[in-house]
Amino acid sequence: MTTVATDAVMDYDEAMTKFDPVMGLEVHVELHTATKMFCGCPTEFGAEPNSQVCPVCLGLPGALPVVNEKAVESAIRIGLALNCEIAEWCRFARKNYFYPDMPKNFQTSQYDEPIAFEGHLDVELEDGSVYRVEIERAHMEEDTGKSLHIGGATGRIHGADHSLVDYNRAGIPLIEIVTKPMVGAGERAPEVAKAYVSALRELLRALDVSDVKMEQGSMRCDANVSLRPRVGDPLDQAQLAVPLGTRTETKNVNSLRSVERAVRYEISRHAAILDGGGSILQETRHWHEDTGITTSGRVKSDAEDYRYFPEPDLVPVAPTRETVETLRGTLPEPPGLRRKRLQSDWGYSDLEMRDVVNAGAVELIEETVAAGASAGAAKKWWLGEPSRRANAEGQDIVTYAAGLGLTPAHIAELDGLVAAGRLNDSMARQVLDGVLAGEGTPTAVADARGLELVQDDGALEAAVDKVIEANPDLAAKIRDGKVAAAGALIGQVMKEMKGQADAGKARELILAKLQ
Amino acid sequence: MSVRGSGPWSGPEGLPHRLARMSSLSRDDVAHLAGLARIELSDAELDRMVGELGVILESVAKVQQAPTDGVAPMSHPMPLTNVTRPDVVRPSLGAEAVLAGAPESEQQRFSVPRILDED
Repeated sequence: MTTVATDAVMDYDEAMTKFDPVMGLEVHVELHTATKMFCGCPTEFGAEPNSQVCPVCLGLPGALPVVNEKAVESAIRIGLALNCEIAEWCRFARKNYFYPDMPKNFQTSQYDEPIAFEGHLDVELEDGSVYRVEIERAHMEEDTGKSLHIGGATGRIHGADHSLVDYNRAGIPLIEIVTKPMVGAGERAPEVAKAYVSALRELLRALDVSDVKMEQGSMRCDANVSLRPRVGDPLDQAQLAVPLGTRTETKNVNSLRSVERAVRYEISRHAAILDGGGSILQETRHWHEDTGITTSGRVKSDAEDYRYFPEPDLVPVAPTRETVETLRGTLPEPPGLRRKRLQSDWGYSDLEMRDVVNAGAVELIEETVAAGASAGAAKKWWLGEPSRRANAEGQDIVTYAAGLGLTPAHIAELDGLVAAGRLNDSMARQVLDGVLAGEGTPTAVADARGLELVQDDGALEAAVDKVIEANPDLAAKIRDGKVAAAGALIGQVMKEMKGQADAGKARELILAKLQ
Repeated sequence: MSVRGSGPWSGPEGLPHRLARMSSLSRDDVAHLAGLARIELSDAELDRMVGELGVILESVAKVQQAPTDGVAPMSHPMPLTNVTRPDVVRPSLGAEAVLAGAPESEQQRFSVPRILDED
């Protein structure tokens, strides 16, 4: 049942003076294999309900699951990229529970024999420091069906309400990646959580094993948070020795921003309860993106008695060491190294590169440069208006641009128009506005809006002469060597030309005439 | 959930699963299992199930008398590993066939009673 009342929260900074946060993150990743984990049904997103379902998905009598070879390979590659050990022999297990999202009444998962275990991922934070996230395990399982709940908007559930279930998603290969308790992050815990999920997403994208679209649910994050009394700096031995507090698990935190916000909120909420002498209930919390709070979900109780046992319909997975080494050979350049290489190729400063990474625009810029733009222009355009608007919409830039149909090719084309002298900077901004408004490609927008620099040097020279004549004082200053005064004249020339002139050329002409 | 190394096929929090080890069931055990399976049992039904399930458990418990010293636990009768299939699409049933066995459907989806206390 959903609690409607808003919980008390403690100011975050105050909470940090009293408590030390510990986190554990569970990330579920849908693999983008062509078929499901245990059957040949397709995995296409957004298909007609129940159109990608077979007897195996439904657990019909006599149906026999068979493991998807590519999914196992992807799981091993993920494990290797997370510096994990790969099991020499492991099994699937049935996780038994009765809920209509799995028609079999169990989810095929792995229990105490995960395919990959004991790894780590080094995560670079905004200031360039590195936090090592220890990985407990990565295991294979299958996704569940999707329920649509009809009626009962208040959350109180009575007889008349029902749910509608679509099993297209049931059986899609899922890798669950579980961290060990993340300690020592101190007040930076929310930032570390976000940076970890971001780095993981980048790694999975580089591995090309998943779409990693958080907004579509192909990557989902559950955040466990607990507090313990603060007795020193986060990394002090005395602090690390304090036993962990009771944790809550916030489910379905489905954007990078939300990961940070949800962890921060739970820290403040726990702190208020603990500071008031209360104790934390070990429970599932639901994250509400719109209000930025969590509400009570289900209390962990003996209802969570999954009675795991080895899956009798599937044989063990026992990757040979040769297979593992072959797969290791297919790992991509680690994203951290790749970033350093791109930074060097693009000639960005550390700060510029961090801005690009934080904006999530690395791939966009890479593609824009590949499409012919200069690295400087690619950064300038992506981090300008599109980034601002994406932020305002609370979306990441990639999703935002994709939603509007703005592509790297568009940006490269825009840069080309500027480089060719057809547009100046302010015209290019107008063209970008037009592209963002869905008016077409940059060239089409420039044509339709009649945006084009006047290439007629005679007209420009006439305007320069007119402005010099009208401003004898400024002209005199420039003659005396005060070149900065040229700015005011350039502005007037541009006005004279109705903005359709090349400011650089105007400056050259003014200086040539007055020096 | 931290489970690796917590012993084979144990229950939540690493405790050995009681049900895997017992040869008799209490009334509370049956009520607990019924709750997990979301089956409502009357008192009379509970009493009856304790007896019936008890007989089944006792029968199965005879297996535990087999000498298994030095025999590795197995979960599959065939000594096979790595049985996989290529990642190639095969036809699904089609929504109509999928829903044919559903007592109720709506919007091309299975219609089920909403379950208490969960999202």
